[in-house]
Amino acid sequence: MAFGDQYRKWNVDREKVPSACGLSGVISQDGHMISGDVIIESMGVMRDRGNGLGAGYAGYGIYPNHKDLYAIHVMFEDEAGKKACESLLNENMEVQEAGEIPTSPNPHIEGAPLLWRYFAQPREDIRKTQEIGAEDFMVRLVMNINTTVSGTFVFSSGKNMGVFKAVGFAEDVGAFYRLPDYSGYTWIGHTRFPTNTPGWWGGAHPFNILDWAVVHNGEISSYGINKRYLEMFGYQCTLLTDTEVMAYLFDLLIRKHGLPLEIACKVLAAPFWQDIDEEGDPAEKELLEAIRATYGSALVNGPFAVLVGYSRGMIGLNDRIKLRPLVAAYKDDYLYVASEESAIRQICPTPDRVWAPPAGRPVVGELKGDA
Amino acid sequence: MPGNLVPGEFLVDIDYERCRRCKRCVLNCGFGAFDFKDRTVADSSKCVACHRCVAFCPEDAITVTRNPLAFRENASWDVNLRKMIWKQAETSGIMLTGMGNDLPWLNVFDHLLIDACQVTNPSIDPLREPMELRTYLGKKPAKLKVGKDDGHYRLETPVAKNLKLDVPIMFSPMSYGAVSLNTHRALAIAAERLGTVMNTGEGGLHKELYPYGDHIIVQCASGRFGVHSEYLNAGVAVEIKIGQGAKPGIGGHLPGEKIGRDVSSTRMIPVGTDALSPAPHHDIYSIEDLRQLIYALKEASGYKPLSVKIATVHNVAAICSGIARAGADIIYLDGFRGGSGATPTVIRDHVGIPLEIALAVVDERLRQEGIRNEVSIIAAGGIRCAADVAKAIALGADAVAIGTAALIALGCRVCQKCYTGNCSWGICTQRPELTARLDPDWGAERLVNLVNSWAHELQEVLGALGVNAIESLRGNRERLRALGLDSTTMEILDVQPAGR
Repeated sequence: MAFGDQYRKWNVDREKVPSACGLSGVISQDGHMISGDVIIESMGVMRDRGNGLGAGYAGYGIYPNHKDLYAIHVMFEDEAGKKACESLLNENMEVQEAGEIPTSPNPHIEGAPLLWRYFAQPREDIRKTQEIGAEDFMVRLVMNINTTVSGTFVFSSGKNMGVFKAVGFAEDVGAFYRLPDYSGYTWIGHTRFPTNTPGWWGGAHPFNILDWAVVHNGEISSYGINKRYLEMFGYQCTLLTDTEVMAYLFDLLIRKHGLPLEIACKVLAAPFWQDIDEEGDPAEKELLEAIRATYGSALVNGPFAVLVGYSRGMIGLNDRIKLRPLVAAYKDDYLYVASEESAIRQICPTPDRVWAPPAGRPVVGELKGDA
Repeated sequence: MPGNLVPGEFLVDIDYERCRRCKRCVLNCGFGAFDFKDRTVADSSKCVACHRCVAFCPEDAITVTRNPLAFRENASWDVNLRKMIWKQAETSGIMLTGMGNDLPWLNVFDHLLIDACQVTNPSIDPLREPMELRTYLGKKPAKLKVGKDDGHYRLETPVAKNLKLDVPIMFSPMSYGAVSLNTHRALAIAAERLGTVMNTGEGGLHKELYPYGDHIIVQCASGRFGVHSEYLNAGVAVEIKIGQGAKPGIGGHLPGEKIGRDVSSTRMIPVGTDALSPAPHHDIYSIEDLRQLIYALKEASGYKPLSVKIATVHNVAAICSGIARAGADIIYLDGFRGGSGATPTVIRDHVGIPLEIALAVVDERLRQEGIRNEVSIIAAGGIRCAADVAKAIALGADAVAIGTAALIALGCRVCQKCYTGNCSWGICTQRPELTARLDPDWGAERLVNLVNSWAHELQEVLGALGVNAIESLRGNRERLRALGLDSTTMEILDVQPAGR
């Protein structure tokens, strides 16, 4: 496995440590642009929820000048990986712009890999020979690079959005990537207290595929079967962490299976049989029964609070018995979701409404029709 | 020359200080090991250690011990081998036995350890939180289409009939004829009370048990005993039996003595005739033939879930892929420890492969081929306790079936003499004075208790694993570790060694 080498090299002597994570997200449903400062400030008050071994962000609407191109963010261990990756990229994509991701030196961020960004679109001649759509083509390419090119990792592959992540505390990572230079209508952020994978740049959140970006606090106790289920659909879980299954499950259920978002959330945090049995509407009952029987292997079990960004919105979701914290708030057209209320009040001191979303019930903020 | 060179296996000792000569032992022994002259005397050579006499002696006067007769030790020439040779030299017959494989082959279940949560993810208390065991067996769509109608989400994908189990534990097929009607009654009553199913086995279904049809899988085996239209529609699913873990590749023989009036009418064969099940189905000589029978039975049964039961043999993964593609909804895997009422010892003990390994390769193969959703997998043949259930499910089973464990709950001592028809506990016999001993309601209660205790134990395991639904354990080999297995076996099981 290509990552294995990199992973081992960067993580010698690091042991598993107890878990906690912090996450925060904001969306302007009217499409107002929010500076990257805001999300950094929100994450800053949850420093104790991380241990400096990983943090990251995803911003949506940040590349208005290239909004129709895939923005591919890649980390390379060395020039050889870069060369191999670029040859794969050029074989499959029309690369319209390539360059280093802008960073500022930061005393608390060490061991940075080469960080590059490519704006590109699939080469139609190649895509047509594979007889698949552009999105599946991209997924296949990303999986191919991540599993075959040594020391190389595509960590962002959506349009008009970008993931920025590193080993470090959230505020240092934000400053390192110069997030205040970007503005977007949605931001999600994450700080890590790693357990299942030690601090590794690729292992920081968000996890991304296409425009899905997932930040996650929790440990997926059903990981083994979720992973094997995804493998049936061609996804390869290579990141040595359980959060990536969350990103792939959203992609599978919503993009590939075409399930409505609320239904996908009922797959991931399924309602209990006792509630289904009591459902009065037979059609609703039939639907819920079919969801559980069909998608049992996609039920994400164990503690989680998750924030998912996608091009039109942001979803916050807890596991079916709410074993991790998640708070939400509204202020005008802004929806905030975070691990702690303090992280919301830091950037929105007087919200209109603050609540704790119940177990398994998604909180969804979407851009309004014309936004 | 002595007539019998084979020494008895057990010694029966009667304490005459205690014995009150009540003759209960004489009446209770199905094997005729006791006789009454001026006092009770035992013929130890007939004793099978079924303990019926011990259980019913009011004075605790009977002791059964292993015959301590010394043999010169020889690691190659196990005493049992020597005994078999003596018996075969006497009879020129195939050695028969009952129950499952009793040789000390490696038991993979006993080399697998289950995970639990500590700190980083919380365990869940099944006494305080829901802990779901409900299981659906049958074909599932690869994906659902959900539309919106009048503001409500509505299912648009047609979903095939599934078999709903409240616990992922069912009773395995044991035919009426091999076991007594009271055994079938106990299984049917228990299955109904537990929200699970029993399975007729290959001997048809006694008319009296038709009301329990919602909790019965009706089987169609190579002998086609008792198979008719009403029967195929009496149950909740239909099963084609291809093979059995205790006797892969061979047929069955129920001796004429066991075919009394009721068995005769249920099996639709004359009283007193031997019931011979051919080794193969005479209309299945290939996978495409199986497909035809699958669809014939689906047509006949109104498209109830269709199960195909096979013994786990070497090429089991490819066979199961074929069965799934032939249209089956459920695959029943019977491991090489699976039991039987009668089977040649050589087959029982040396043919087939362990359930655990078969399960792992079948689940993996069906996933690789992207057809795991087309079939559910039932694991059977060597499930002994709730831990085995949890491990089987983690390896990929949707549910398990128990036969021997259910019979033990009914009093069976695993004496392995099922094929003699003398079962003192009234289970594997048709002798009316013996079958009357098994009270179906008493038996049903014990079966319900057994399955409920396993279900509670399973819930404890799930809670310790930090999951609250059985589907999060199903196929989740990540939560298993191996201790003392070789690396190839671990690779096949896709299970990491303890410490990794």
